[in-house]
Amino acid sequence: MDTAVTAQKKWWSGGHSPFNLSYGKLMMWYFLMSDAFTFGALLISYGTIRFMSTSWPDPNEVFHSFPFVSHEAHLPLVFVSLMTFILIMSSVTMVLAVHAGHQRNRKDVVKWMIWTIIGGAAFLSCQAWEWMHLHELGAWWGRNPFANVDGTVASTNFTNFFFTITGFHGLHVTSGVILNIIILANVLKGTYEDRGHYEMVEKVGLYWHFVDLVWVFVFTCFYLL
Amino acid sequence: MSNEATLHSQQEVMHGAAAHGHGHDDHEHHHEGGFISKYVFSMDHKTIAKQFLITGILWAIVGAFFSVLFRLQLGFPDTSFPWLESILGHWAKGGHISPEAYYALVTMHGTILVFFVLTAGLSGTFSNLLIPLQVGARDMASPFMNMLSYWFFFMASCVMMTSLFVQTGPASGGWTAYPPLSALGDASIGSKIGMDLWLTSMALFVVSQLLGGLNYISTILNMRTKGMSMTKMPLTIWSFFFTAVLGVLSFPVLLSGFILLLFDRHAGTSFYLSELFVAGKALSNEGGSAILYQHLFWFLGHPEVYIIILPAMGMVSEILAVNARKPIFGYLAMVGSMFAIAILAFLVWAHHMFVTGLNPFLGAFFVLLTLLIAVPSAIKVFNWITTIWKGNIRFTPGMLFSIGFVSTFISGGLTGIWLGNSSIDIHLHDTYFVIAHFHIVMGVSAFFGTFAGVYHWFPKMFGRFLNNTLSYIHFWITLIGAYLIFWPMHYEGMAGMPRRYYDYSNWESFKQFGDLNHFISIVVIIVFAAQLMFVFNFFYSIFKGRKLTTTNPWNSTTLEWTTPINPGHGNWPGEIPEVYRWPYDYSKDGKDFIPQTVPLSPDEEAAGGH
Repeated sequence: MDTAVTAQKKWWSGGHSPFNLSYGKLMMWYFLMSDAFTFGALLISYGTIRFMSTSWPDPNEVFHSFPFVSHEAHLPLVFVSLMTFILIMSSVTMVLAVHAGHQRNRKDVVKWMIWTIIGGAAFLSCQAWEWMHLHELGAWWGRNPFANVDGTVASTNFTNFFFTITGFHGLHVTSGVILNIIILANVLKGTYEDRGHYEMVEKVGLYWHFVDLVWVFVFTCFYLL
Repeated sequence: MSNEATLHSQQEVMHGAAAHGHGHDDHEHHHEGGFISKYVFSMDHKTIAKQFLITGILWAIVGAFFSVLFRLQLGFPDTSFPWLESILGHWAKGGHISPEAYYALVTMHGTILVFFVLTAGLSGTFSNLLIPLQVGARDMASPFMNMLSYWFFFMASCVMMTSLFVQTGPASGGWTAYPPLSALGDASIGSKIGMDLWLTSMALFVVSQLLGGLNYISTILNMRTKGMSMTKMPLTIWSFFFTAVLGVLSFPVLLSGFILLLFDRHAGTSFYLSELFVAGKALSNEGGSAILYQHLFWFLGHPEVYIIILPAMGMVSEILAVNARKPIFGYLAMVGSMFAIAILAFLVWAHHMFVTGLNPFLGAFFVLLTLLIAVPSAIKVFNWITTIWKGNIRFTPGMLFSIGFVSTFISGGLTGIWLGNSSIDIHLHDTYFVIAHFHIVMGVSAFFGTFAGVYHWFPKMFGRFLNNTLSYIHFWITLIGAYLIFWPMHYEGMAGMPRRYYDYSNWESFKQFGDLNHFISIVVIIVFAAQLMFVFNFFYSIFKGRKLTTTNPWNSTTLEWTTPINPGHGNWPGEIPEVYRWPYDYSKDGKDFIPQTVPLSPDEEAAGGH
């Protein structure tokens, strides 16, 4: 029945992937959808509690410090903008690594993967500094030193959600960096050169971009709104 | 060509077509190894299916036994059973189950049956067994992840089992684990370490579901054999597909809910807590919402009931068509209605929350969306009935259980229309009416689907048949028993008898049901004994059952029956068969059945496919 070779390939009739994708990439896409629901649930919970509250602390007042600059300096959101810039740049270097992989250019893959790992590590270091700084100010799970924007005493849920969700995102970045290091090691070993393609770089690339995209939402919800 | 070699060439064929080939690294694991790699850490989907099934059976015995124990309390509140003290110790002093033990038993019964038996045991078993066999694949997309899926389930099982033996007992705040009860260790002894173990176990379970679900989806989409277009797939595969999608999208939300709950328990947060007193002491928690947890929980919880029922629906559709020797009625309508159910599953969760103070205006939308589910459900029921209508029915045990499934699905589904209306639900909420409804439509029906699947595919799993006489006894006791247990509960519920109470004999309004409760408990014991008989039949037949003499004992059209009686890893010794027609060509053109692998005749081609 299907013996005649038609110009139009029948993508869904079996025998090959209908999306022209390997099962691994397909799984990564579905995993990211699943993970999007995890973050979605956390952020919606945050929104629910915040809308239930009469008032909420002002992020411009909470996040106004910068490392090595005196506490009096009022630099609202400057540091988090730097963090965000670093993470987005690491996405750019990841794109370049994937691109180099397509061209089977092992040297460039190595170079751009290293830059991506550095970017990820830098972001995590920034986050670590920010957490330490907030901790010094007395903020932690169950403790919130920041007053509401209307001057009333805030509930602890501002810091509860901040540490839980940025922590959960940081955990994702950490596992992303670890994955990137494993893949880099494989690239250096020549595993993908032997395999004939660099699809694993693409797969961790998908994950890395997803983690960056999630940060955009986390950033918006906690620092801008 | 050896199995081993074909297994590899298959993966080359399947993935070589993809743009960049394949990027996975589990090739080297496909050795035909010793006992450990063949039966324990096996990557063969058929072995993993059996592991899920046997683990599920063991959990089902535990979960059902717990229901026998708490039914003893409900049916015989004044009687002492000294043997209870011998097995439960101080949880049943003087032969009476303590209230704490009662709540622990009820909670564990729900958790075990919903998650470990009817999710892992049902879709874990049959998705694993049937997806590669029925779509024509050597194995799952990633056999390694598939193995991990089972072992995460195993770890979840170990943690849950451990929680039964800790000093303060397992979780006992209900299978839904609502805060604040579940969030505060001081609130009840079941909210101490038992609750932490429960949450840990469930987190491992979510990982298992994710690994399994990703595999099911990508195998169905990517690994179909040549000619197996989506509309030539058996309805079983469609149902496993929608089940997996529901699981992959709803379990992560439950995980988020659990993460917040763990922080509330241990990090002093107030996500779900606000203005509470425990043992006369005011807590400092402020600003949280216990209702938030319910939203997160039921966003999984409602799709979860379809995760349980969809695989049963798929298998029943297949078994009814095979044993009525008729094509399934309305194939596309069946697929469409499953799709509709999968979509609606995500839009109705708040119908579990009509009495939480939910805005009645919002509630009206959830009523509407809930009642809409009746449409695809009714389509499916009518299609099942029209499938067997004037069929040449063979009453095999699998067929009987499939017909039983349709019966219980109708009687349990109709009460869903009552409960879906918020105005009625406000009266019936948390009464035995709800217990009766969901046990019949989800518990009993899903069990009937599972039994139908086990009886029908046992020959494929073990190359032997189950004993027929025991199967028929099992069916009739289970069907009649299920109705005798749950039908009376409707009346109790309509009279307002609340669920979760420990002893009804203290209440003037519910004393009248003493005899009825007594009766229900006796039936529970009989039905439980019948299930043990099934378990005996199952294990006995694995070793001593009547052997298969042909590869296709039910004269079925689908691909799993084109494999050898005991297929090795890789399923087909030679090439994977190509598929030319849909799976429901029964009693067509004077032939009893035409397998999917038979090319279309010139007449059929002229008529345009099937």
